[in-house]
Amino acid sequence: MSSNSLGYSEQGGETVSELGQEAVPTTAPSASPAFGLFSSDTKRQSSSDDSFYLTSMATTFSVLPEIKKLVYVYLMRYAEEQQDLALLSISTFQRALKDPNQLIRASALRVLSSIRVPIIVPIMMLSIKEAAADLSPYVRKNAAHAIQKLYSLDPEQKEMLIEVIEKLLKDKSTLVAGSVVMSFEEVCPDRIDLIHKNYRKLCNLLVDVEEWGQVVIIHMMTRYARTQFVSPWKEDEEYNEKNFYESDEEQKEKNLKGKKPYAMDPDHRLLIRNTKPLLQSRNAAVVMAVAQLYWHVAPKSEIGIVSKSLVRLLRSNREVQYIVLQNIATMSIQRKGLFEPYLKSFYVRSTDPTMIKTLKLEILTNLANEANISTLLREFQTYVKSQDKQFAAATIQAIGRCATNISEVTDTCLNGLVCLLSNRDEIVVAESVVVIKKLLQTQPAHHGEIIKHMAKLLDNITVPVARASILWLIGEYCERVPKIAPDVLRKMAKSFTSEDDLVKLQILNLGAKLYLTNSKQTKFLTQYILNLGKYDQSYDIRDRTRFIRQLIVPNEKSGALSKYAKKIFLAQKPAPLLESPFKDRDHFQLGTLSHTLNTRATGYLELSNWPEVAPDPSVRNVDAIELVSASIAVTTPAILSPSLVADLEGLNLSSSSVIDVSIPVFVPMKTHELLHRMSGKGLAAHYHFPRQPCIYGDQMVSVQVTLTNTTDEKIENIHIGERKLPSDMRMHEFSPIESLEPEGSITVSMGIDFCDSTQTASLKLCTKDNHFSVNIQPPVGELLLPVIMSERDFKKEKGKLTGMNETSASVTVAPQNSTRLVIVQKVVNVANLGVVPSGEDNIHRFAAKTVHSGSLMLVTVELKEGSTARLIINTEKTVIGSILLRELKPVLSQG
Amino acid sequence: MIHSLFLINCSGDIFLEKHWKSVVSQSVCDYFFEAQEKAADVENVPPVISTPHHYLISIYREKIFFVSVIQTEVPPLFVIEFLHRVADTFQDYFGECSETAIKDNVVIVYELLEEMLDNGFPLATESNILKELIKPPTILRSVVNSITGSSNMGDTLPTGQLSNIPWRRAVVKYTNNEAYFDVIEEIDAIIDKSGSTVFAEIQGVIDSCIKLAGMPDLSLSFMNPRLLDDVSFHPCIRFKRWESERVLSFIPPDGNFRLISYRVSSQNLVAIPVYVKHTISFKENLSSGRFDVTIGPKQNMGKTVEGVIATVHMPKAVLNMNLTASQGSYTFDPVTKVLTWDVGKINPQKLPNLKGIVNLQSGAPKPEENPSVNIQFKIQQLAISGLKVNRLDMYGEKYKPFKGVKYITKAGKFQVRT
Repeated sequence: MSSNSLGYSEQGGETVSELGQEAVPTTAPSASPAFGLFSSDTKRQSSSDDSFYLTSMATTFSVLPEIKKLVYVYLMRYAEEQQDLALLSISTFQRALKDPNQLIRASALRVLSSIRVPIIVPIMMLSIKEAAADLSPYVRKNAAHAIQKLYSLDPEQKEMLIEVIEKLLKDKSTLVAGSVVMSFEEVCPDRIDLIHKNYRKLCNLLVDVEEWGQVVIIHMMTRYARTQFVSPWKEDEEYNEKNFYESDEEQKEKNLKGKKPYAMDPDHRLLIRNTKPLLQSRNAAVVMAVAQLYWHVAPKSEIGIVSKSLVRLLRSNREVQYIVLQNIATMSIQRKGLFEPYLKSFYVRSTDPTMIKTLKLEILTNLANEANISTLLREFQTYVKSQDKQFAAATIQAIGRCATNISEVTDTCLNGLVCLLSNRDEIVVAESVVVIKKLLQTQPAHHGEIIKHMAKLLDNITVPVARASILWLIGEYCERVPKIAPDVLRKMAKSFTSEDDLVKLQILNLGAKLYLTNSKQTKFLTQYILNLGKYDQSYDIRDRTRFIRQLIVPNEKSGALSKYAKKIFLAQKPAPLLESPFKDRDHFQLGTLSHTLNTRATGYLELSNWPEVAPDPSVRNVDAIELVSASIAVTTPAILSPSLVADLEGLNLSSSSVIDVSIPVFVPMKTHELLHRMSGKGLAAHYHFPRQPCIYGDQMVSVQVTLTNTTDEKIENIHIGERKLPSDMRMHEFSPIESLEPEGSITVSMGIDFCDSTQTASLKLCTKDNHFSVNIQPPVGELLLPVIMSERDFKKEKGKLTGMNETSASVTVAPQNSTRLVIVQKVVNVANLGVVPSGEDNIHRFAAKTVHSGSLMLVTVELKEGSTARLIINTEKTVIGSILLRELKPVLSQG
Repeated sequence: MIHSLFLINCSGDIFLEKHWKSVVSQSVCDYFFEAQEKAADVENVPPVISTPHHYLISIYREKIFFVSVIQTEVPPLFVIEFLHRVADTFQDYFGECSETAIKDNVVIVYELLEEMLDNGFPLATESNILKELIKPPTILRSVVNSITGSSNMGDTLPTGQLSNIPWRRAVVKYTNNEAYFDVIEEIDAIIDKSGSTVFAEIQGVIDSCIKLAGMPDLSLSFMNPRLLDDVSFHPCIRFKRWESERVLSFIPPDGNFRLISYRVSSQNLVAIPVYVKHTISFKENLSSGRFDVTIGPKQNMGKTVEGVIATVHMPKAVLNMNLTASQGSYTFDPVTKVLTWDVGKINPQKLPNLKGIVNLQSGAPKPEENPSVNIQFKIQQLAISGLKVNRLDMYGEKYKPFKGVKYITKAGKFQVRT
């Protein structure tokens, strides 16, 4: 067995021999040549041998599924290197693309699109287009994946691929949604216009999409929301800006001048509402995605709910903790309040890895405020003693930051840090010195004692940074410690040659400063040091030496600058700001790779700022087809001829829908009372379901309302007033009727989206003088649209809708009801179902789809011997299914 | 999305690689090795590493690094979560996720990786679906396969991926129908020197083992659902039902799975079932110290505390320890400086105690801080939060299932500072 370039495993010989062991016994004779491929070095084979193996490989395709899979894996891995040979297999896949089994179609497409050979691009393109229109959502999902593969193989296909993406975005299946959005993000993330029409659908599907798709969709939605809606934060800001003492009058004026008060776009609200349950996901990536969506898109007051879920993720493995803590660190800088209640969840355990410890420390420091600082400092005390010295040093930094941020505790912290100066560990001492230096700089007024103490430390500390810091401090405040400073300089002059460069520079600095303030004592010392520096090995130090000498030692050549030497050296220096290292990360979108690395990753898409004025929100309306005739009252029912109905269907239904809606089999004339003439003060109203696809939107049920004036006066201005609809329900009301003559009647049509439920739509019917509360309740049979379907399709679809999607009941059928005609008549009277032609006499099938969601509703009536019958309903909408079952039962049993 | 995956063992060998797009050279892992060297400890290898052309996102599980190669911006948690899912799947298939298990089943590993990811985007990650596509190896099956010449690939294609319930296999048959729920609660706590609680909370999970035929629709209700403060769900749970009625209603996956994990509201006081009395001191000049630890029960609701193990990470300066345990046995690893004391059951009459002498390296300075003691324990038949399952109802199927609930309380990250 050769050791390099192995067919299957990309690793050493060991694994291959295992593969051989594993697979050989399972091989059928016809498949054995394929194994030559795994065990031999394909690169060294002559091409005729290769083609032999590959043809044999192609024959294997039809044999064992396991071998087939492995050949696929091989093909995908090596096709790029041996393009000619890979082409041999293409025809097999093309054949499989036409297979009746959807899973075979899908996997053929998957393999075909994974073969990275440019010649087959046109074949791929064609296959993708075909697959995108496939009946099976699973095949369409694979088509969405194939789009990305083709795009990376040949970016010139972009335009064509965008067309396919556009088509797939319209898909209503949850299976497809995640994958197609992924393709969208990869191929054309800037074509935000493709999303508009699908925005609401995606929001509504989101909960049911698989978890990986959810992450991708949420990230895309975040970007979408930032371009399409106005900022929900403005109000808060304005509110804050409002001057407390400003009189109401002034405010009113301001409001008038300014824009109208902020009202959130309902679509914006929809996104925020529909993502909230996902905070409960078991998948950390989904939770993080929702959290960042809230952070970037939701009103400030609503972000609070994400913190609990993020804290929950901290129980997860260290990698998840690491990423989540980073994001919390960024969030906690801007919004302390968010995580303050969970302060203790960030306490460090001695068993945490150092990177987690430091992140937790970072967050604790960000959360520190006057109220909790004392508890925190006590906690920090434990950390300082930690055996993990790197962490101890980080804790000292943190104490320093707390001290500068919270002035009440500056002194306490400083004292604590001074105590640490006597610590045995050098790293701890060094870090303390550095932090104390920074702290003293912020308030140098009365800390002579500390400086003296530190000067004493100089004998023992060896860490260069710490020594340099002490020297700098003494130099800076040499006037406060006039006795010690020259002595320190003397000691340093002695050890100058053995010091680190960093320390040498500070010795030079100290010398220069002392020379300027106390030249009597230090003149010669400084000159000695300058002489040493002149011949130092480091050019940096030689350079500095020359510069300082010219500046401070007066000679005839010294220019005007030396007059200002004191001002230059002993100028008031601004205190350094101790800031969080996470301060600058907030310009990256949370939860992204770029945020974690704090650099722009390839392919990072900037989150745009909120637009000043919201772009037209109506682009998201799916039911945008407003017909001019819509407002004209339809006087007689069923005025539309069947052909016209068919035309309208073509307009309204999205072309990707695989289910063809047919014309209703039967339109019952039954009307329901909306308003009795007695209670309506002479205005009577009836409604009726014409069973036509609604012209106002394809998720609406069309309702015809007939209004009759029974009084002897004109009734004026009949219109719909306030309406109380359950959430999600929408209504397209009829246009107001100016007047209705006595004894006259008029029929108007309206559309109501009942959301596939039998909930009532309550509304106010208003006239010029009165208004009446009325209710429209749809019988369940009217929430359907009939569907044309062959018996075969029916059986296939029914096979998919088993289990919980099936409800059934036995009924005793009245004897006169057992003929086909009667049963069909009875059933379609109750529900708007399409009749499926049936080959069997005793089975009657009906098919329809629900108006709102387009889910199939399959009804089967199976006559048995005796007068019993079995009534089976298969649908995803189990609730409607069971209601329909209940309504159909009495119809069949009664005469 | 995910470009390639490399599996690397502790000694730095890349023992498996898989590419989903064009091939990325192994040399990209050098950046990872570099970072690993810098980190010294495996725990401290940064999960995200940036290299000139790629980004490496890695996880560390069971002594194996799963290193994935990324080329463009992607949420890092997405990748991390997926890699953990891969490791979970291996665990599920082979019983363990070790290097040997992976090498022994390399064919299945490749098949799994192929199914789990398509072009770098997760395709099938639910264990129920994967098991229909690729049957897990068993000894019996491999014997049968070698005799009959059949393979462990599913002959029939799964329908689960296509149904509305992607987490459940299509045709499930059992003669004994059983549903078991394990309510497992873990106490996370930090106890300070004086024995007072710095921080404590209860994290719980409900793990289920459900073997029910057909398409059962279950609903599980609690006596006191208000206790559950923050819950995360398996995708099978109907969220609306929980929101409105606080009932877990779901069509379960087949087999073992985690139903929910929850946190008990932090307002409740957490009962701490054990206390630790400790004297650990180091003498300045003698390069030795004293060690004396006693563990006793406290607030344990009348149940026995068992499976007690104490681990102490001793300071670096400790050379060895000379201790006597009144109960159980102890080991001290002089390399990692970890002291492990396996106590077993706590007998309230005679409290377990471990004491003796600590020897320090001569000349080394006295350790600054006393080490903290990590405690593990188990209490059977008790959910420390008081959570109780009320009832389990089944709809959709006719048979009577056998139902069982087990409660157990464990120590999570339970740390006593000394």
